[in-house]
Amino acid sequence: MSFPWAKNYAPQHPLMQWMDEKLPLPRFVYNAVGAGYPVPRNLNYWWNFGVLAGFALVIQIVTGIVLAMHYYASTGGAFNSVEHIMRDVNGGWLLRYAHMNGASFFFIVVYTHIFRGLYFGSYKAPREMIWLLGVVIFLLMMATAFMGYVLPWGQMSFWGAQVITGFFSAIPLVGETLREWLLGGFAPDQAALNRFFSLHYLLPFVILGVVILHIWALHIPGSSNPTGVEVKDEQDTVPFHPYYTAKDGFGLTIFLILFFALVFFAPNLLGHPDNYIEANPLSTPAHIVPEWYFWPFYAILRAFTGNFMGIDAKLWGVLAMFASIALLFFLPWLDRSPVRSATYRPLYRKFFWVLVADVALLGVCGVMPASQPWIILSQIGAIYYFAHFLIILPMISRNERALPMPTSITAAVLGEGAAKTADKAASAA
Amino acid sequence: MVRLIGFFVGLGFIFALLYAILVTPLAIEHNATEEFHLEPRPLALASNGVFGRFDTAQLQRGLKVYKEVCAACHGLSQVRFGQLEALGYDEGQVKALAAQFQVPSINPDTGEPATRPALPSDHFPSPYPNEVAARAANGNALPPDLSLITKARHGGAAYVHSLLTGYRNPPANLPAELRPATGLHYNPYFANLNLAMPAPLASEGQVTFDDGTRATVDQMAKDVSAFLVWTAEPELPRRHAYGWAVLGFLFVLSVLAYLSYRSVWADKKGH
Repeated sequence: MSFPWAKNYAPQHPLMQWMDEKLPLPRFVYNAVGAGYPVPRNLNYWWNFGVLAGFALVIQIVTGIVLAMHYYASTGGAFNSVEHIMRDVNGGWLLRYAHMNGASFFFIVVYTHIFRGLYFGSYKAPREMIWLLGVVIFLLMMATAFMGYVLPWGQMSFWGAQVITGFFSAIPLVGETLREWLLGGFAPDQAALNRFFSLHYLLPFVILGVVILHIWALHIPGSSNPTGVEVKDEQDTVPFHPYYTAKDGFGLTIFLILFFALVFFAPNLLGHPDNYIEANPLSTPAHIVPEWYFWPFYAILRAFTGNFMGIDAKLWGVLAMFASIALLFFLPWLDRSPVRSATYRPLYRKFFWVLVADVALLGVCGVMPASQPWIILSQIGAIYYFAHFLIILPMISRNERALPMPTSITAAVLGEGAAKTADKAASAA
Repeated sequence: MVRLIGFFVGLGFIFALLYAILVTPLAIEHNATEEFHLEPRPLALASNGVFGRFDTAQLQRGLKVYKEVCAACHGLSQVRFGQLEALGYDEGQVKALAAQFQVPSINPDTGEPATRPALPSDHFPSPYPNEVAARAANGNALPPDLSLITKARHGGAAYVHSLLTGYRNPPANLPAELRPATGLHYNPYFANLNLAMPAPLASEGQVTFDDGTRATVDQMAKDVSAFLVWTAEPELPRRHAYGWAVLGFLFVLSVLAYLSYRSVWADKKGH
């Protein structure tokens, strides 16, 4: 993997030389995120979000492990054990608020990362596998976040679990049996809480494993870049360290400022007040809403209000919700345009921004009660969502006329003339 | 092939949605409750904002209102008496205060259920032994535990204050089905307009404040709302103090990180 001009790891210290012979772990790190990984020189700040997502995962794992030392997964004790963490455990409130808001920030950076991929065509050949693994990570994150939200055993925990596991009962014939098997009962109860806790502890490490595969797959073709033009020679790249460690380091401080501003000054801004009421299976909240990062998908689920073609509206909603994520797996083959970056695709760029607005609209519809005008807005939003990926994208990639592209990454940064001069100097040397 | 299948799957969902639009009535439902429901009035408390801290004199007054009025029906089960030292009481005062409450225990000689005076390590006891007893004493309504009430309601302390001072006679144009049934009381700040709790703070001087503050209904409601912010978020002042220290540190770090980023990239033209 990597480019022929990648720097070679050459340890100076005898201890590191000894280590390199026995177990070349430092060499591995050097080639993965050190000076041994050449990266396009023109990455903009949107390329910070992969590292930020990795950092958010670390925040979640570290705070989560400590929280699990104090948490008690029982229907009678879970709610009180969270309050015990908030009141009696040293720094417990900080750990719990960091974990709670860490989940939100994980989704913020991952959504930004996904939209960056959509805008700059990062999913296209030869990087399809990176994209596929990314969608797997996204699905695992959604499952982990959902199960984590159930653990405090508040009203939204309980009723959210009731609604989400209810999706399975929409499956014909086996649905109800499957739902009972997944929950270990007829409704969310001790059995469900225990297995959710177990899986909530397991899945982050599965995510970590897939993240490693995601980065491995990235290192085979190397990073994409905002022009979408492939790396041609050494002057197009810089070593990851120190160039991008410095840039990511600055991005990380901005991320931490925003994260801690929320943790310390508005820790409950993104949560729902009902989750500070202990779960009560006999009292249904007025509006059951999931966490904000599920709102667009919740809106798609609820948009299907008619039993079309003999299929129940509920089943349509569940199929559409799963399809809305599953279609991302096929994106590299739905979009056949050879041009990666939307910078040079004027038509695609317009539809991209419509998609961003559309997902935001679906998000608003997802949090609103299921009444007009929100129903029709979510229906229109869902129509565009499916049309964008399954109809518009495959069609425009056939007819679109791309803008002229720079001949190389260096030309994009320095201008065409300067790049040629630099080219000559390089070949003369 | 993928595009062809995708095209038809997409059309399937789109037709299902178009059909859903056709069969769903467009009329916006008229909700009479929403018309009479009021949002909480803003409440200025010392704990508000990013510099917020607690006013301990107010918290002490609020505790007194809780003890003499609310505690008759509402528990405070997440709070330990020992935590009250944060309100400016010393150890002896906390012990004396705890001893005014009885907590369930057993008779050490016979093992029979009994009660004993609370200790600082005890949580505030619930006024009812269980939910059935609480409902039986309150016309089938369950008085909620107040420990987390300001975090568990939209509007927080402002909601509590508005609710406590918001009781009034139902307006003349209130539809019959929204009028309070027997045992219910009209309050436009409550989600469905009628609640089982009668106005708990009914007259000036219902509580005598030790610091001589005039105990108007509004004052008592404000003080108990402030106290309930403390019961829900006792860490608030420390959280704000840590927050400024952390943000200050990160601000300096971000400047240094930016400068080192610029210096690392200084040899690269075009950046």
